[in-house]
Amino acid sequence: MKDILKKSSFKALMAIIAVFALLNTLIQTGVINYYYSGIINLILINVILAVSLNLIVGFTGQLCLGHAGFMAVGAYISAILTLKTNMPLILGIIIGGIIASLFALLIGIPTLKLTGDYFAITTLAFGEIIKVIIMNMDYLGGASGLSGIPIKTKFPLAFIFTVLTIVIISNIIKSSHGRAIISIRENEIAAQAMGVNTFKYKIYSFVIAAFFAGIAGALYSHYIGFLQPASFDYLQSINILVFVVFGGMGSLSGSIISASILTFLPEALRSINELRMIIYPLALIILMIFRPQGLLGNKELSLKIFKNLANRKEDKVC
Amino acid sequence: MEFLQQLINGLALGSVYALLALGYTMVYGIINLINFAHGEIYMIGAFIGYFASTTFNLSLIPTLIISMIGSAILGMIIEKVAYKPLRNSPRITLLITAIGMSLLLQNGMRFLVGPNPKPYKDLIPNSFINLGNVQINSKTLLMLGVSALLVLLLQFIVYKTKVGLAMRAASYDIEAASLMGINVNNTISTTFAIGSALAGIAGVLVAIAYPSINPYMGTMPGLRAFVAAVLGGIGSIPGALVGGVLIGLIETLTKAYISTSFSDAIVFSVLIIILLIKPSGLLGKKTNEKV
Repeated sequence: MKDILKKSSFKALMAIIAVFALLNTLIQTGVINYYYSGIINLILINVILAVSLNLIVGFTGQLCLGHAGFMAVGAYISAILTLKTNMPLILGIIIGGIIASLFALLIGIPTLKLTGDYFAITTLAFGEIIKVIIMNMDYLGGASGLSGIPIKTKFPLAFIFTVLTIVIISNIIKSSHGRAIISIRENEIAAQAMGVNTFKYKIYSFVIAAFFAGIAGALYSHYIGFLQPASFDYLQSINILVFVVFGGMGSLSGSIISASILTFLPEALRSINELRMIIYPLALIILMIFRPQGLLGNKELSLKIFKNLANRKEDKVC
Repeated sequence: MEFLQQLINGLALGSVYALLALGYTMVYGIINLINFAHGEIYMIGAFIGYFASTTFNLSLIPTLIISMIGSAILGMIIEKVAYKPLRNSPRITLLITAIGMSLLLQNGMRFLVGPNPKPYKDLIPNSFINLGNVQINSKTLLMLGVSALLVLLLQFIVYKTKVGLAMRAASYDIEAASLMGINVNNTISTTFAIGSALAGIAGVLVAIAYPSINPYMGTMPGLRAFVAAVLGGIGSIPGALVGGVLIGLIETLTKAYISTSFSDAIVFSVLIIILLIKPSGLLGKKTNEKV
């Protein structure tokens, strides 16, 4: 409890509550209409996905191309639980996350021994296998999809889960576990030589990331109300990866900003539907060429930046 | 003799995957990039062939050559515009650029020609050749023949010419190669050109055999060919051939005898199992990491 009472944590908490109160009143009073509040929910879900993938890709340095597979597991498990057993949504979401993390454990133990791109390829393969298996299970609706899922993901629920994800992952990164994880990214062999159990920490971050991907999937299934295996293919995994790289690998605030921008941008461009599909990849290529480290690099956005800027200005004046 | 028939179909499909896998493996060998846009070059190769054969009424050989040249030029342009500025940035940035390029080509093509599938012209007469109990379609034979010819040509280029020597040197150690006076930029361009030309021809061959093309036709073959390259050991040319043929056979045989809908899952499972047993692929070199 001490930490919560610390000044900076307290400020952050206040800020979160203020943002929540503001957005919630705007939605309740109808200033933000139904369409835009839907987009806000989608942004929150994508933020969870981006932040959790950043833990593996940006902080642990293991390229994962199967994040959508874990999302699919969470989405389908929770949908079945609420649809067929009438379980409360919160419980369904958490069980979805847990089962997704069990899958990650199962997949991670053999494959995390592989290095570099080979790990990326096996995760891609596992994501596709999960998709094909779902397609062939009639109980889960098969290729034509599972419909009739109660639409229960409302703004407060999505917001709480998003905040929890960000707080938990940023605390992990600041802990000693986090330093071990970052040491793997910087140099795996050196980390091993310094006594870091790299395999254990890779599994650890993989499982946690999959847990949150499962939660995001569960939120998604109760947001959209209809699940189709085709929407969890490797392009979806790549989409999440784009959020992470665009925002800057190793920057949580970067992931949050980029997931918000890149979710909103296609919606904003909907009026020029045909060209939208061309503008989006073009923007991606141009950004990568001119800013290869992503929007924020590996720095975090904080008020300190403004302080530093102010100090610099003062220096100049002197 | 149905099994033999399936085996031949599998070999033909596998030879196309091998052509595509060669492009993946050569590019990976030289700049360590998983070129996600490669499947799209295959698609555009098929479209170039389509316009050459329907709009300009060309016959088989000129169509093949034109689509080969067109794809080679496209591959070189993509490399110069999108990948070259990023040569010293983190590899994941390059990967994202390749993905962006893939989406751009796919959607750009969709914008130009529309999403509906287009019928392909019969460039060679649809006849059957009887070998004992086995019937071979002339189109299957064309796939096998052209692929074999191109693979031999590639072997010649890579192992017998100076360009090939430069390519092998650059894939061994790009910095040392440039210190030895090899023009690395040109070598990378040549690699992209050759790989893209092979992909373009593969596109035309498949479009002749399965005569319907659309802007999304490149995604799944691209992914499977990529799996083939990894299976054989990415960076190794014989590996890409072995991997391609193997994936083609596995896909055809599982579709024929096990299940159509599970064939992708089986292909990917084979990949995972092989990587777990032999982490650098069937014919890949084992590299020890140094600190």
